[in-house]
Amino acid sequence: MRYDIIVVGAGPGGSSAALHAARNGAEVLLLEKRQEIGSPIRCAEGVGKKGLAGCGIKPDPKWIASEMKGAKLHSPSDVVVELSGELAGNEVGYVLERKIFDRELAMTAAEAGAEILMKTMATDLILDEGYAKLKVLTGGDKMELEADLIIAADGVESKTARWAGIDTTLKPSDVESCVQYLMAGVECEPDYTHFYIGPSYSPGGYIWVFPKGCSKANVGIGVQGSKIPRNEGGFVKNLLDKFIEKHPALSKGKKLEIIAGGVPVSGPKYETVVDNLMVVGDAARHADPATGGGIINAIRGGRLAGEVGAQAVKERDFSRTFLSRYEKAWKEDFGKSLERNLIIKNALTKLEDSDFNDLADSLSGYRFEELGLLGLIDAIQEKHPELLDALIGE
Amino acid sequence: MMRAKSDVKKCLWCGGCVSVCPTSAITLYERIIDVDDNCNGCGICLRFCPVGAMLEA
Repeated sequence: MRYDIIVVGAGPGGSSAALHAARNGAEVLLLEKRQEIGSPIRCAEGVGKKGLAGCGIKPDPKWIASEMKGAKLHSPSDVVVELSGELAGNEVGYVLERKIFDRELAMTAAEAGAEILMKTMATDLILDEGYAKLKVLTGGDKMELEADLIIAADGVESKTARWAGIDTTLKPSDVESCVQYLMAGVECEPDYTHFYIGPSYSPGGYIWVFPKGCSKANVGIGVQGSKIPRNEGGFVKNLLDKFIEKHPALSKGKKLEIIAGGVPVSGPKYETVVDNLMVVGDAARHADPATGGGIINAIRGGRLAGEVGAQAVKERDFSRTFLSRYEKAWKEDFGKSLERNLIIKNALTKLEDSDFNDLADSLSGYRFEELGLLGLIDAIQEKHPELLDALIGE
Repeated sequence: MMRAKSDVKKCLWCGGCVSVCPTSAITLYERIIDVDDNCNGCGICLRFCPVGAMLEA
């Protein structure tokens, strides 16, 4: 079977790419290796309001679990810094029901004309004949599909990009090892996300509590891969379990679900186009290096790839040169923020518990709606100037 | 030489091990982690696995 474009992976990036390619006239096939779209989730489900609006997606109560007023950042000594309004909303404005959200996105792609094949896994890719031959297993049967263009949206474990010669292997320092429980019966403010930051909570990452309605919450942890001790199997999950035990508001709850995931925090250092192929979302390492959030960039990048892909179909040009319009477009759109947040991540992962305590001490008491980045730096300079040296790296 | 394998009783099929494997030896099928002959026993996946589901075969 031959298509203009085959999209590998029906997460937010893949569905967005399929939607915009189909909407612009391409014949699109969207592949999903799992038996259902959106499950199991691998995500804390937080998304910024502005980010979502920027994707042209209207908030729908069907897939919004809760709406946030702000975020509270906890230092290791439990000094709390509150971010409210827009500042926090940029990080987390809504907590989603990804299982429903992902399906809705896939459905919009289908409504725009994309075909969807479930339980279909790509197993190999051959690109050397001016088009793509994609080998797949569909319901266990081997099949060979053909397309002018492949969009690799196969997530953190992407192999499609590797088959195309882009080595997206992540160094342990470039990926967070994550575990999350969906918990019920916990005590938490229903409209604040909580972040616990510092090496004693999580080396090179953080612990999050994202409320989903009154007594439910996603409680999770991400630890930088390079900071996981050797020969301590299950270190990440154990660290989260210990945190929950120590917090009665959480430990009284029941765990309804456990999920895990690898979150790429390398920043955008890999190629995202070769002849006949583009890479989007986590597969392209487009998740935010500082927060780990990947949904918005996946959707935005997916859209750009879908549009460039449809244009390529119209002009019958699938060369790397033509497709580099996509690379240029995502760099203009969110490349700078990825680069900036990579610098922030690299600075933050060097800090000790005491640095985070000083940082929180510097910032607590300020009203963050009114405090821009420069004000933030002034606040630190005033109370803990040595921290700025640590942050900037001398 | 050590070779990695997954413990299906612990694995949550998140694909984290696939993303860090330097020899592309691991594949995540829907609920199967397959480690092929390219595994060189480096142990990066054992250390990375969030739930301790990668073991020495």
